[in-house]
Amino acid sequence: MGKSSLKEDFKSRVDYEELMNCTRCGFCLPACPTYIQTGGNEASSPRGRIALMKAVADGKKEPDEEVEAQLNECLGCRACEPACPSGVNYGHILEQARAVIQEHKSHSLPIRMLRKAVFQWLFLDRSRMETVHRMRWMYEKTPVQKLMRKSGAFRMLPGEAAIMERVMPGAAPPKKAVRPPVQAVFQDNPIKKVAFFDGCLMSTMFTETNQNTLYLLEKSGCEVVVPDTQQCCGALHAHAGETDGAVKLAKQNIEAFEQIDADFIVTNAGGCGAGLKEYPFLLKEEPEWVERAKAFSAKVGDISTLLVELELPPMKLEAELVTYQPSCHLENVMKEKGNVEKLLRSIDGVTYAAMPDKEQCCGSAGIYNLVQPEMAMKILDKKMTDVRHIQAGIIVTSNPGCLLQMKAGIEREGLTESVRAVHIVDLAAEALKQAELAGTAAK
Amino acid sequence: MLDQTIKEQLTAITGEERFSDTHEQRVVYSYDATPGFQSEPDGVIRPASVQEVQQIINVCREHRIPVIPRGSGTNLCAGTVPSQGGIVMVFTHMNQILEVDKENLTMTVQPGVITLDITKRAEAEGLFYPPDPSSMKISTIAGNINENSGGLRGLKYGVTKDYVLGLEAVLANGEVIRTGGKLAKDTAGYDFTKLLTGAEGTLGIVTEAILKLVPKPETKQTALALFHNMEQAAESVSAIIADKIIPATLEFVDQPTLQAVEDFAQIGLPVEAGAVLLMEQDGEPEVVQRHMEAMQQICKEHGAISVRLAQNEEEAAALTEARRSALTALARRRPTTLLEDATVPRSKLAEMVRFIEETAAAYEVEICTFGHAGDGNLHPTCMTDVRDHAEMERVEEAFAAIFAKAVDLGGTITGEHGVGEMKSPYLEWKLGHAGVEAMKAVKQALDPDNILNPGKIFAKDTKKRIVLGGGSRG
Repeated sequence: MGKSSLKEDFKSRVDYEELMNCTRCGFCLPACPTYIQTGGNEASSPRGRIALMKAVADGKKEPDEEVEAQLNECLGCRACEPACPSGVNYGHILEQARAVIQEHKSHSLPIRMLRKAVFQWLFLDRSRMETVHRMRWMYEKTPVQKLMRKSGAFRMLPGEAAIMERVMPGAAPPKKAVRPPVQAVFQDNPIKKVAFFDGCLMSTMFTETNQNTLYLLEKSGCEVVVPDTQQCCGALHAHAGETDGAVKLAKQNIEAFEQIDADFIVTNAGGCGAGLKEYPFLLKEEPEWVERAKAFSAKVGDISTLLVELELPPMKLEAELVTYQPSCHLENVMKEKGNVEKLLRSIDGVTYAAMPDKEQCCGSAGIYNLVQPEMAMKILDKKMTDVRHIQAGIIVTSNPGCLLQMKAGIEREGLTESVRAVHIVDLAAEALKQAELAGTAAK
Repeated sequence: MLDQTIKEQLTAITGEERFSDTHEQRVVYSYDATPGFQSEPDGVIRPASVQEVQQIINVCREHRIPVIPRGSGTNLCAGTVPSQGGIVMVFTHMNQILEVDKENLTMTVQPGVITLDITKRAEAEGLFYPPDPSSMKISTIAGNINENSGGLRGLKYGVTKDYVLGLEAVLANGEVIRTGGKLAKDTAGYDFTKLLTGAEGTLGIVTEAILKLVPKPETKQTALALFHNMEQAAESVSAIIADKIIPATLEFVDQPTLQAVEDFAQIGLPVEAGAVLLMEQDGEPEVVQRHMEAMQQICKEHGAISVRLAQNEEEAAALTEARRSALTALARRRPTTLLEDATVPRSKLAEMVRFIEETAAAYEVEICTFGHAGDGNLHPTCMTDVRDHAEMERVEEAFAAIFAKAVDLGGTITGEHGVGEMKSPYLEWKLGHAGVEAMKAVKQALDPDNILNPGKIFAKDTKKRIVLGGGSRG
């Protein structure tokens, strides 16, 4: 075959300097959700996983199922990184190791087809996402959905698939789900020129959130451009070890946004934002792209950060206790913290209550809840106990995966009557509209 | 590798889910926080009761298998590296706080309780457990007891041994002993509580501890003093103590350490200063106020550029937290970070600091220094690369010179990290031949088969440093 072995690839492609940077101090252990959920299993900790990767690189451990299982069990939430005084880029080593293992893996035919369909077909082209969205709308509008639910077919699928199918937002009618025009918001004297990265899932499954994002940006005085050649951010590819797909998408996105001289590239999904921030790392082997990637990533930021900076008009809601489950990647990778909380505190009527252990991942973690359902459910159950404890009526999130996971948690706990989960953008838009209505009524 | 029969005996005690000898488990329990030391055990076991610990010890004694008790593996002396193989005993299933006794001011805990949970629980009861090693967020109490860990509050409050009133331990012969009790006074025979504390698991396996609590100080204040150089800071420390002030914390950090910590914590530390003193006093408000003012004055008299008082608890916590991260923050600079904890009488602090600087220059190695200035416990930390053998040899020589100097000044080779395997070659420098022999006699009497954490404290050869080369010895 002439192909290098898994062992050789592990040695040459997983950054050994980075593995060496771990001093094994153990400060990451209390930050790691899987270490906590396994009752303190060192192998399920960042330090343990780094030790396993280093043992493979040193030729002391076979790169076998044990190693792969541990790397798969990792949520990739990267809560260990802010806890690490040595500054180990754990997320980077994890993705390198996963990529090497992935390349050498011979999946069973159904898995191979599924991975191909997801990573090399669906998420690689926006128009395909839109096609799938139209099919989903049809599914919901015809009796097929009812039949499927009744048949219990979803219970045969792994993990949370059955609950997820129920909590997914209804597909917007294809007519409404059309992408906004390139020049989405005009302003006579714009405060900022913003380019909107609208995200492949956000723009199909969470159409309303994207429309509300444009609405908030308009209200805060921004001009907004939505480049129509943008693609999926590629984060899911990178996390799953599909580096080639991630690189391809990164280049397309950099090109799409380079044409617009925006002050700010805004996202409303922590997972996507983090993916975009990682482009310089993703493209580090290609010198002609690195600088372009850096220029691109430097402009990327979350909608919450931009809104806090710009100041929105007054917002108002019915009196309610609100909590916030941060997106791990928004905090740990984008390193944008505290802005969602600031927005919540600025809404008249909202009492903000901090979620206990909010820096602990909710268990959604991309597609983790589908592929590692047992661990994901343990983590979610702990989270929902905390929600019950603080008695919040609204759980705010800043990423679509977290939103679905919170909805699933509410459903599982039978809290649908008393608690709702909502994206910060949707809550802010709702509060802005209510305040406007109240203002008009007062006049 | 373990025989099938031994595996069956061990599994019969804990069940399959709490004993493992997979290669994954053997890799991840082959190290602690000490650079350059790694060795795989033959298995990992997680007892859930003192009876299970007894049964495990009995099996291991029968087959002469080493037993290495391990908490969270944060020690810095290779104290929990299974250097002779054997079974690593992990206490994640014995992690309960059993009782808080407010009448006797004690807390009874199982070995696997995280130190911070003890601190928090005490505070929730209006009480105080003072020992605060830098790893307290994840270290376990039995780990602290076995290493007799110190911390930032050592100067005023003492170290772990000052807060252990009683222990339950399983000896190498499988018997359980209970030492001390909820007692302020107890002269019944040898003080085995103190003997087991700091014994690094070589004399018995701690299975329960009675800890002493004290009333929570009413108030606390934190200040940061900036100096042009380390000597000014060291002189200020001596002057503060001479003025009969015992601060709760008196920590110093040199410039390179400060820079590394700021890179990590990003809380606006004054990286331009040559040295920094972190000062903390707790107690009654009037006393705290008076002491903070006096310390401020003393620092200024000794050339402090400025003294800044933390304005609120958040700011104070950020400062102490930043100091706690000093070691690993330094690790950002080079692949390998070697940390020592040579300790001298505090009157010799300035002299020792100067010696470390000269030694680093003489051996052409990079050594940063921070540590517990108030109690003379220094942390000279060397940033190097284990793969560079020539440099590693110079590092070894530099540290040997530092240890020798510390002992000459009436100090010790280790103040709070323990001897473990790492510092065992230097033990005799501190104790003398007769001192080491007396300790060996105790070990021989209590563990004649040498199954409890063998290879720790006592080295085969004195002086010559045994391990430094290579990233791993696995």
